Order: sequence, then C-alpha cells, then structure tokens
Amino acid sequence: MVQVRRSTVIDAPIDAVWGMLRDFNGHERWHPAVAESRIEEGRRPDEIGCVRRFRLASGGELREQLLRLSDRDHSFTYCILEAPIPLIDYVATLRLKPVTDGRRTFWEWRSEFRTPPGEEAALAQLVGEQIYEAGFDAVKAAFGQAPALRSRSSSAAQGPVPVAGDCAIDGNGMVVERFGGPEVMHWERITASPPGLGEVRLKHSAIGLNYIDVYTRSGYYPLIQPPAVPGMEAAGVVLDIGPGVHGILPGDRVAYACAPPGAYAEVRTMKADLLVVLPDDIGDELAAAVMLKGMSAEFLLHRVHRVREGDHILVHAAAGGVGQLLCQWGRALGATVIGTVGSIEKARIARSHGCAYPIVYTEEDFVERVREITKGDGCQVVYDAVGRDTFLSSYEALAVRGHLVSYGQASGPIEPLDISSFVLKSALLSRPNFGHYTGTASEVRSITDRLFDALRRGILHVEIGQRYALRDAAEAHRALEGRRTTGSTILLP
Amino acid sequence: MVKIYISSVIDAPADRVWATIRDFNALPKWHPAIKDSHVEGGLPSDRVGCIRNFNLKDGGNIREQLLTLSDYDYSCTYSILESPLGVSNYIATLKITPVTDGNRSFAEWTAEFDCDPDKAKALADGIGNGVFQGGFDGLKRQLAGR
Repeated sequence: MVQVRRSTVIDAPIDAVWGMLRDFNGHERWHPAVAESRIEEGRRPDEIGCVRRFRLASGGELREQLLRLSDRDHSFTYCILEAPIPLIDYVATLRLKPVTDGRRTFWEWRSEFRTPPGEEAALAQLVGEQIYEAGFDAVKAAFGQAPALRSRSSSAAQGPVPVAGDCAIDGNGMVVERFGGPEVMHWERITASPPGLGEVRLKHSAIGLNYIDVYTRSGYYPLIQPPAVPGMEAAGVVLDIGPGVHGILPGDRVAYACAPPGAYAEVRTMKADLLVVLPDDIGDELAAAVMLKGMSAEFLLHRVHRVREGDHILVHAAAGGVGQLLCQWGRALGATVIGTVGSIEKARIARSHGCAYPIVYTEEDFVERVREITKGDGCQVVYDAVGRDTFLSSYEALAVRGHLVSYGQASGPIEPLDISSFVLKSALLSRPNFGHYTGTASEVRSITDRLFDALRRGILHVEIGQRYALRDAAEAHRALEGRRTTGSTILLP
Repeated sequence: MVKIYISSVIDAPADRVWATIRDFNALPKWHPAIKDSHVEGGLPSDRVGCIRNFNLKDGGNIREQLLTLSDYDYSCTYSILESPLGVSNYIATLKITPVTDGNRSFAEWTAEFDCDPDKAKALADGIGNGVFQGGFDGLKRQLAGR
C-alpha cells in the first residue's frame, strides 16, 4: 500500500478556503491539471456518492466518487473509479484545519493506493507533486500567496518568488503561414500565455538556426500545423514559472534544444523539463549557437557510435554547424577526420577545426580519396546529413564493419535501398532521432555537462558565422539552403 | 463544557517539535509561563499515567496526569488533577502534524473542561491565548529558523 501525504498552509481563513474546496466539481476552476469536469447524472456536487468525470489538461479522463463530506471537520474523502494511470484502490482525503494564530488554514491531502510492482515511487511522486502540490500552489495563487520554495534548503537568500502572472505577454515572432519556401514566414504579433503546470515563460535573447527549421517550414517533417512558430533552439531569461516547476526560478538564464517548435519568437511559454540552466561561463549567444548542434555532436560521437582513438571518420559538410563540431571533437577523441566540403574556402575552415583531410567534393571523388587516405580500408564511421546525394557513396566509403550514421537529408530523401547489400561489408546503419537521445532531463543534463566541459576546455570552439535579426529569418533560411553559411547562425530578437 | 482550540505553524520540522514537546516534564524549557516542574514518584516523563507537578512564574501550582502518548501521530493527552484555575474534568491534547510544504509543523492544542458559567469566557481566553498560544510562541522562539 502506498501512502502519500502532503500538507501546506494557506494564508486565508478556513471558511474561504473550505468554500473553494468543498465543491467536489470545483477543481476545474482552480486545479491546473484539470481541463474540465462535471458531475454525472446531474447530481449535486455535495451529494454523497456522486461521481465527477473530468479530463486532464494533458489528456486522459478520470472518474472519482465522493464518499464522505463533513462541514464540521472541513474534510471530504473520495475514491478513483477510473483513471488512465494505475492508481489501484485509490482513496484520498482532503482536510482543512484552522490556524488560529494568524487566521490561516492548514490543508492536508493524503491518499492510499496500490500500484503495479516497481511503480510505487514514481506514482507516489506524481500524485504528491502533480496533484497535491500543484493544487496547493494554485489555491495559494488564488489567495494572492507565493508558491512555496520546495526544492531549496534555505529560502532566505533568494528573495520573494513572484506569483505567476495571470496575463498573457505579447511580442513578435516569425510565423509559418503555410508550408513552403522561406517566403511563407512572416513577422507577426504572438502571445505567450501565463505558464501552467510544469511550464515557464521565457524572453529569448538569441535563437539558433538549424536545418530542422527548414524541414519544419517546408513540411518535410510534420512538426507544426501552420500557422505556427518554428525553431527548436534558443537561450533567454525566465520571466515567470508555473506550478510544479522545480529547480528553475524567474531570472534564471536558460537554454534549450527540444521539441515542440516555437523558438522563433521574442517570448514563449513552454514545458520546463528539458531546459538547461546556463553556467556563468556559457553566454546566451554561444548557447543558442551550440545547444542543438553540440548535443547532436555529443551523442553522434559518444552514443550512436563510440568513436575511438585511431578510427577514421568521414564527416560530410565538415565546415557546417554540426560538421565543425564533429571535426573538432572527433580529433580530440583521437580519430583521423576526413571531411567533404563544397569549396576551397570551406576546406580551409574544416581543416582549421581539426579535419585532417578536407575533400572538395565538387572537384574530387571523395570515395577514391577516402580509399587512398585509409589505404583501401575505408572509414569506421561516416556521419552523413546530406542524404540523397551522398548516401550510396557514404556506404562505399565504409570499412568492413563500418557504421553509416545517417542523421539528416539536406539534399533530399534517401532512395529505398536493398539492405541485404550491406552484407558485403557487415555494415551498420543508424538513423538517429535527436528527440530519442535528448528526451529526458537527465539525458539532457548528461549531454550538456559533457558539451559545456568540452567548450570550457577549448576542445570545441564555436564559430558564429552569421547573425541575423529574427525578423530576417527568411534571409537566414535562404543562406542556409543555398549552402552559403559556415559554422552556426543565430537570430537575434 | 467549554472547548478551546488553538493552532499555529512552527517553522521547524515536525520530529524536532515533537521531540521537544514529548517530554512531559520539559515545560519549563519551552513554556514562558512555567517556572519549574518535576514528575511525582520519580517516574520517567514519558510513562503514561505519570503526574507532573509544576509551578507558574506568577505563583500557582498545578498537577497534571499524562493519559496518552503517541509517537505515531505526535500527540499527547493529559488531565488536570489540581489547579487554582477553577476548572473540572479538564482534558487537553497537544498534537503536531507535519506541513510538508516548507518542512514545517502544524501545532494544535485543544482542551475541554467544566467551570462556573460566569468564568467561562475569561478562562477560555486565559487558557487559550495565555497558556496555549503563549506556549506556541515559546516553541517558535526556541525552534524556529532551524
């Protein structure tokens, strides 16, 4: 049997708090997790035995039954009849008591339930934090009180935490009106709504340009439903936080590289769980320039394939954003980096970032050159985000038991292929998805720790090749698609 | 029957507050109105049934008997055997409940007793505000701020 108990003090008289909580159907008015609720069969919400059916803001429907109600001791007890999560035989009691010293209210919320084996801790935490503590913060906000600082040991040094504002903040952003070329993006008024459960509201200081923004805008990846704001990477400052946000405070400098799209805006409300609080020595522009590409380079070199000293690795677009990082980091790991680039100028850039053998592919056959450089063996790993134009040649450049990592398709989708041909080399093929390697807070932390450390130690140097005003994002897209950019490009609101 | 209920929030973890209150003989350590105290017969001060005999700072001697003690729900109940207050059938309960939000304590002190009806209000104020709230203020001074 799992027992969860949470309690708080509301700075309001017990009659006022009981008046708010007593209505068994009233939780849709104050609990952030509840989108809408009704009492079945038209019964009164204080009729013992009535059932509330409600939908969560995150989807999912629940039915709960009122078992006991007492105005004398300001409490009620209810049980779950149906829920999308396995809280079995869940019975909960909400109880208020007056704090005579200061005309306040003590509120205890507790429950007992069973769970599938192994899920006790996770479900106890979910109930305690997302239902009970989130409810406490919402009722406090309703009575003009700041939410408590739960994850801190000493609150004195931090100063007051402002209550999440209940008004929207307006700003401007680039909106994709419909799928298409750069011209479908327009500079328009956008709104950042007050942060809800688990959300924060940010003011962006710098936004990263990435190829995935092109796929977002063109509709090649179905990431948005126009009209919508693209962009997956940015840095900025937290304006305010919603209930249930731990470890992030208003005023924190943060950055992110994650779904859903929405970074091409001056202000934004989003889920807090994949945000990274920036260390003092990583600036906003650097973060916006490096988060997505740097995290990609980290997992490409360390997790999709573990690059070892002595490996030959082939990096396409070696002078590009991710390319430059793969060259630097690959060299630091002890690999010999061969790269393909589109011009002699880009060859110099690639070489200055650790690419030992840059190949201008418009002038040479890179497969031939790879064979010469590797004495006929081929490369242990090929990192290919070019796609259609290079895929088959990338395979040719592999060593026996080599690994072809296809992580993008800038030139177009890869043709269907008969995989049995890979038997000729015992080749590995990976098609990693950024979201699958960076989808949890702990993965993001682990990857960015290594990334920031590499930046700090000078293993990685990020070149911000281009800066555009955010409202000129269409220009930036044209430059990226026209292969005129080097290093990272950032957009400034 | 007169009923008193006084409650407060003490800015210290519940187990610390309970550890302070649990000692039936420790009133002088935290209650500002109590001068000294001893347990009759040398019994341990957490023995259910023991009697504490204490003196108030402004005179007056009181004898109270411990009726229940619970480490499980951080509460104790006691009765007044003798006092100058003019109360009878006096039973009081002191209980601590954790406030998880902020790792604090919710403290409740309740009492029920009989007395001369003309004195009921004065006694309720005196015991409620003086003894109970005064005691909580003493606990706060002693324990709050970790």
